[in-house]
Amino acid sequence: MYIIEMRNITKIFPGIVANDDITLQLKKGEIHALLGENGAGKSTLMSVLFGLYKPENGEIYKNGEIAHINGPNDANRLGIGMVHQHFKLVHNFTVLENIVLGVETTKTGVLQMQEAREKVLALSQKYKFDIDIDQEIRHISVGMQQRVEILKMLYRENEILIFDEPTAVLTPQEIDALMQTMRDMANEGKSILFITHKLDEIKQIADRCSVLRKGKLIGTVDVAETTKEVMSEMMVGRKVILSLDKKEAQIGETIMSVRNLSQRGIESKSHKLRLSNINFDVKAGEILCIAGIEGNGQTDLVYALTGLAPIDNGTITMNGKDITRAKIRKRTESGIAHIPEDRHKHGLVLDYTLAYNTILQTYYSPEFQSVGFLKDNVIMEHARKLIDRFDIRSGQGESTSVRAMSGGNQQKVILAREIDRDPQLLIAVQPTRGLDVGAIEYIHNQLLAQRDSGKAVLLVSLELEEVMNVSDRILVMYEGEIVADVNPKDVTFAELGLYMSGAKRMEVAV
Amino acid sequence: MKRDSIMSFLSSLVVLVIGLFVGFLILLFSNPGAAAGAFSTILTFGFSSMRNIGDVLHGATPIIMTGLSVAFAFKTGLFNIGATGQFAFGGLVAILIGLNFQGMPDGLRILFALVAATAAGAAWGAIPGLLKAYRNVHEVISCIMTNYIGMFLVGYFVEQHAFFAIENRSASLPTNSNLPTLGLDRVFQSEILPGLIRSSDINAGFFIAIFMAIVIYLILNKTTFGYELKACGFNRDAAKYAGINENRNIVAAMMISGALAGLGGALLYLSGTVHIAAGNNLLPYGFTGISVAFLGLSNPIGIIFSGALVSHLFLGGARIQLNFPIEIVEIVISIIIYFCAFVFLVKTFLGKHIGKLFKGGEKS
Ligand SMILES: Nc1ncnc2c1ncn2[C@@H]1O[C@H](COP(=O)(O)OP(=O)(O)OP(=O)(O)O)[C@@H](O)[C@H]1O
Ligand SMILES: [Mg+2]
Repeated sequence: MYIIEMRNITKIFPGIVANDDITLQLKKGEIHALLGENGAGKSTLMSVLFGLYKPENGEIYKNGEIAHINGPNDANRLGIGMVHQHFKLVHNFTVLENIVLGVETTKTGVLQMQEAREKVLALSQKYKFDIDIDQEIRHISVGMQQRVEILKMLYRENEILIFDEPTAVLTPQEIDALMQTMRDMANEGKSILFITHKLDEIKQIADRCSVLRKGKLIGTVDVAETTKEVMSEMMVGRKVILSLDKKEAQIGETIMSVRNLSQRGIESKSHKLRLSNINFDVKAGEILCIAGIEGNGQTDLVYALTGLAPIDNGTITMNGKDITRAKIRKRTESGIAHIPEDRHKHGLVLDYTLAYNTILQTYYSPEFQSVGFLKDNVIMEHARKLIDRFDIRSGQGESTSVRAMSGGNQQKVILAREIDRDPQLLIAVQPTRGLDVGAIEYIHNQLLAQRDSGKAVLLVSLELEEVMNVSDRILVMYEGEIVADVNPKDVTFAELGLYMSGAKRMEVAV
Repeated sequence: MKRDSIMSFLSSLVVLVIGLFVGFLILLFSNPGAAAGAFSTILTFGFSSMRNIGDVLHGATPIIMTGLSVAFAFKTGLFNIGATGQFAFGGLVAILIGLNFQGMPDGLRILFALVAATAAGAAWGAIPGLLKAYRNVHEVISCIMTNYIGMFLVGYFVEQHAFFAIENRSASLPTNSNLPTLGLDRVFQSEILPGLIRSSDINAGFFIAIFMAIVIYLILNKTTFGYELKACGFNRDAAKYAGINENRNIVAAMMISGALAGLGGALLYLSGTVHIAAGNNLLPYGFTGISVAFLGLSNPIGIIFSGALVSHLFLGGARIQLNFPIEIVEIVISIIIYFCAFVFLVKTFLGKHIGKLFKGGEKS
């Protein structure tokens, strides 16, 4: 007997069979991982279970009985909850308000929050969430927002919990905490479906793992009895040999130089941190990495460099030219590309087609327009080239609305656009977030190719592994300051951790 | 793309049928005996003769313009409920020019009136645009204010400089200031009594409206300017990230939106059939434009059709005033039109439930 059984699910989108006759069985109390390349159909399958999509074919059974799930409300009634890949929270509501939203208790029309407050507080304590439930969502970090989503499910007493790539947006520390939470919940008898691209995480906590490839179920395996290699082979369909082709760096001229940069925080309410007296150079032919725990000023720094936010003090020069006060477009034209942290906020116009998203900063160049008219044929052709080169998968190719693309493929659109511009300086913030292993490797190699062709790369990453493997030099940020400037060859993971947590610092000279 | 068009069309049809049905119920309650007849009049009167068809198209002209105005702003993420004021302002300028400047050749004077009205509408639209872009004042608030200021200004100017006291309205233009009919009056005419032939009021204004719809369609879908505007409308942050100057676009969008409404005012008042009544009334055309824009799903080409449709209902509605009090007629027509506001809801609903019928196959 399975607590949830999805039988022969088929879901078709225009131009693509997202789920092709998939049967998935979830046991009570297990953590069941779902693995597959970008666009394999994982989110779709989970959305079917949560009632967001109606499948063309197939049934869902709960405890052996057929369940009709026509919407999230039905799912909720059956005890199914979901944390989406892109959160669904109301940003100017408080944590508490978000949690009770939709299941508020009222007495003669008046909201009764006291009871809810106590219940939420108790839950938050039980799972050691350490969350201020009266803060507005827009003032709390992504990791906290995810806890709100989890609390939402717990508050509704859901027993089947779906996590769509929960770890993609978290810091390593937060990931550990989440893993513990998931384990606790499973031990209490809750059943968990868990989407991730990271095999280590599956190895760490999943009991079983179902692998999807191009919409089909390849198989379900017992994690303890399977190796990571087998799982990734199932996922990709061939042996995967991950390798980085990292040559010795040929450091050249300074491309960007930052002096005495200081700033009050963008959202001073949440981060008391600011940037204080930041100094560094990024040189041609190097990948300079900004490492640090999330919320230590990396976002502010990137906003300052790219022009998304003005700065209070200091200077930024690009190829010797002062761009401290330059507009975003001027900076882009001076050779800066930017893979933003938040792909939905900054990186994409979701309602534009894939093709239109690939010309977001270049639509006005002679290549794509003449006398103010867009050259649609050229734009389409350009998009098709990027689709080929970056293996971007979608239902309708260059004319797919980006909204209808899988998360990882959306990310690839941004990467393709920014790397294709062949910028002097590529500022990449968490570029591999949400990508499958193959795509990550491809992107890392692309970053290296940029650097080998004499360009500069500024990589902002929370993932130590990425930091250590890809970069030529590491700057560690802590509370808005640069507290270390190290070579990955001379530093250990543990040491880096000490810098990141503020336990250790060194004098940094430019 | 093709599927989307089908969905848009279907959802417009659905809201219309629902609106018509509810309208019918109201007629039924008001005067059961005459309801069926009146309803069929509403539906068919506009088609019943060449002259009526001409009048439908003529009536559609100003509301196509305001519909375009609202839709254009909407694509940039702005809600221009100020079309009414911009329309009135444009109309006023056209009337003043049409009444004066008799020394100019007719063609030139009319052209001057059209251009000046367009500019006046643009200027009136620029105010909420500037306030929004540089002072972050919500455009709905400032549009309401410019509507009222426009209303009083227009009232003042009409009474001081273009007044026809006997009928308490703006003075009639000399016929040489009216838009040319281009022979349309001879196409759209019918014999209303044996031997008595009457022409429709239709004139070149209708073609200008169609032309503008096509221009707006091209701007929005084929130009870099449209690309920028829509990017701002869809996702402000991404537009900023892309280096698009959002403030400039807000002002430009509101100016163009105002220009369309202002031109609409000129097209209406240069036709010699309608006048601005004295006293302070907000003109309905801007608000009807909101419905027209919605019903046409903000698609410029769709708006030509939704404008014609709404005009058709108005004409039929005017006809049934013999059997129904004017208030009931207004209510019925308004209900039909305001149901149009649900069109996006219906489209989403259809997308979810009927979308499957179109699955696969459609690659645009
Ligand atoms: N709403 C939609 N409309 C049309 N096509 C869609 C829609 N949602 C997903 N698709 C398509 O279905 C396929 C599967 O998408 P899905 O989001 O399930 O992938 P995924 O396995 O979650 O990938 P990722 O790891 O990138 O998140 C993709 O090719 C995507 O383009
Ligand atoms: Mg997904």
